[in-house]
Amino acid sequence: MKKQAKFGVGISVIVISLGFLAWLGYGESKTYYHTIAELSTLNGSARTQRMRVGGTVEPGSIRRLSGRVDFVLEGEGKKLPVSYIGSDPLPDTFVDKSQALVEGRPASDGRFVAEHVQAKCASKYEAAPGGTNGAATSSTQQSSM
Amino acid sequence: MDVFGSFALILAFVCAAYAFAGGIAAIVTRHPLLIKSTRQAGIATCCLIFLATFSLEYLFFTDNFSVAYVVSHSNRDLSTFYKVAALWSGMEGSLLFWSLLLAVYVFSVLIAYRNKNGELMPYVGMVMAGVQLFFLTLNNFVESPFKALGAPGADGIMNFVARSDGNGLNPLLQYPEMVIHPPNLYSGYTGFTIPFAFALGALLARYPGEKWIHLTRKWTMIAWMFQSAGIVLGAHWAYAVLGWGGYWGWDPVENASLLPWLTGTAFLHSVMMQEKRGMMKVWNVWLVFCTFLLCILGTFLTRSGVVSSVHAFAQSNIGPWFLGFIGFVLVVCLGAYLKNRDYLKSENQLDSVISRESSFLFNNLVLLVLCIAVLSGTLFPVFSEWFTGDRISVGAPFFNKVNISAGLLLLFMTGVGPLLAWRKTSTESMKRNFGWPLAAGLLTGAIAFGFGFRAFYSLICLILCMFVAATIVLEFYRGSKVIRARSGASFAACVIDLTMRNTRRYGGYIVHVGMVFVFIGLSGAAFNRDVQKGMQIGQSMQIGPYTLVLQGADSKPEKNYTAQRMLVEVLRDNKPMMMMFPEKRRFVTNQENGTMVAIYSTLKEDLYVVFAGEDPETNLPVIHAFLNPLVKWIWFGGVVVVFGTIVALLPNRRAVLVLAGAPQPTAHPAGHPLPSSVTLREGHD
Repeated sequence: MKKQAKFGVGISVIVISLGFLAWLGYGESKTYYHTIAELSTLNGSARTQRMRVGGTVEPGSIRRLSGRVDFVLEGEGKKLPVSYIGSDPLPDTFVDKSQALVEGRPASDGRFVAEHVQAKCASKYEAAPGGTNGAATSSTQQSSM
Repeated sequence: MDVFGSFALILAFVCAAYAFAGGIAAIVTRHPLLIKSTRQAGIATCCLIFLATFSLEYLFFTDNFSVAYVVSHSNRDLSTFYKVAALWSGMEGSLLFWSLLLAVYVFSVLIAYRNKNGELMPYVGMVMAGVQLFFLTLNNFVESPFKALGAPGADGIMNFVARSDGNGLNPLLQYPEMVIHPPNLYSGYTGFTIPFAFALGALLARYPGEKWIHLTRKWTMIAWMFQSAGIVLGAHWAYAVLGWGGYWGWDPVENASLLPWLTGTAFLHSVMMQEKRGMMKVWNVWLVFCTFLLCILGTFLTRSGVVSSVHAFAQSNIGPWFLGFIGFVLVVCLGAYLKNRDYLKSENQLDSVISRESSFLFNNLVLLVLCIAVLSGTLFPVFSEWFTGDRISVGAPFFNKVNISAGLLLLFMTGVGPLLAWRKTSTESMKRNFGWPLAAGLLTGAIAFGFGFRAFYSLICLILCMFVAATIVLEFYRGSKVIRARSGASFAACVIDLTMRNTRRYGGYIVHVGMVFVFIGLSGAAFNRDVQKGMQIGQSMQIGPYTLVLQGADSKPEKNYTAQRMLVEVLRDNKPMMMMFPEKRRFVTNQENGTMVAIYSTLKEDLYVVFAGEDPETNLPVIHAFLNPLVKWIWFGGVVVVFGTIVALLPNRRAVLVLAGAPQPTAHPAGHPLPSSVTLREGHD
């Protein structure tokens, strides 16, 4: 019985500590995903959370201003003005009509302030073969280990 | 040729259906002719898949732009090299490629065991045919690669059309690794079908003993080797092509390739428990089942776009097919297990916490927890949407927190496990085996700390790496010393001799050394630095010991693309050192861009220079430079892992020397340093 107890302790220590780390990491990195239409329905703290929003870049809306890039995302018939304030250059695939995923927070004036932008070419993007290694988008946001 | 190809695929489907249904009938009736004919149907299936793949490649090489798949993945100017790779650059082709590689494995198994294991093979053949049948269904009826290009004519009716040129291959894929990485990874994914077929077959047949484990060991290792190589090559491709300075981003698709590797690694270790001590039988069977299911899940994740909206690949209707197949396999496995679980009774029990058995147990536990963490993190958006209605994703901090700690724990066990004895280890042998290595590790840690090495995880990692490396070196040293005392040959010759006498054991050590190198490389990530600057010609920037001066820019048209190059001169300590040419490529046919990173790689660090585009305000070219320490060790470690696996696959060389009076060891505790008699043994450790 003593032997089993030792194994039990060993196993629980490993599982619980890794579970605890997972919980910490979850709290640190969880990001909500919303559609443009959902944004207007959010209220309270949900409005100021860090989130990702996806949509299509409205043709002709990209304006490169000093210190930021403004553009409009469309989706489900709604529009969302976005200001990109990140420091990385926008990805090669970020052009009119490309699908884009922005990550950041909504500001009080209704604009969405994005720190990261990922874009996928609209015309054609097929799978990375063998489907590995996350090349589906060229992106300015990748996190390294 | 497209008609020929689709005809071959249809016939392959019919043959696989016969091999599957006939296989079931053969198992029930045990009619020898039926058994023989289903086996031959299995072989025919494989040959027909070879023919179908050949005809698709033929279409690529003859620039046949009346076939939709060729149009969207190739063009006339595409080089031969990439026309081969175009086969697996899209959904339809890569599913055919799955079938092809599976066919290579199935063909080899059916031929290799045609006159052996008569009781078991009908079951194995039936399972393999079942898996083939699923993929051939997709190839034929859901995602056919031979679809003709159609366009609505003036009368509104679809007509066959042919284009003069194709759309070209995605620029991100026009890179040498992209030609060798997917075949490796797919060989891993498909290869795990073989141990799965043997495990399920043996369970269904109630095949006596551990024979299925011996039979599948080689196949599992081959699949595992390809999977490892595929993961490393994929990381290298991401590093060299995507231009973000890293090699692993916890993307769902990356995670998908890691999952079966984790369970496969656990399986390779825990089978030793079953071979040596008749334990963990249920666990092993389920590990194989899970590995196979994760391979299918991995293919599903990469192909269906269920996880991430923008990272999604071409949306398609294959999702339900895969889910259905996964569900079906799960039900079959569960049914077989519940029906025959008494056959999997354990023969022994764990004796002591400090023993080889328990080290395997903990190794498996950690690998499995890792697998569950990665899996749940990957599928989190899906599940959170189901349960709470909010789509929530988790990012790198989640994965890193769990995986770094668990990885270090695994690294520790890599050093400890192989040297613990079966059943129980004495304090004496622990001192002998771990004294020096522990001292070496701590000393390294102290020196590194003294030199200002402060990152916590990296320091622990370095200590453990040194510890593990020292235990392995000590093992080789002790074994070789014994041989040398007798033969008097040079030390290097003795090391080779030692390795060849027990390839499984020493090959395994080499794989462990490779993993140590990989961990050394990973620990460097804590010290990554980067600088980004919009630069005028003549301006410079500083990163670490290097000064980068932008000397100019040029543009050169190539066959398939136009390259815009930055000419960057690198100075070290103000002395000119070399030129680097990061470039952007604009592909003519599809107007897409590709980035070519310039990398100067040494064992100490990589200087990684990206031409990141133009500054939106000033229109100056932006140079993004990274200094990534120790990255090269990862690639080097990957090579060592593959080399070690190949060594472990070699047959043992018979010992020539026989010592007079040496006691014949029967079940010697494998963890001890080799006594002279053990070196003569044909052993599996």
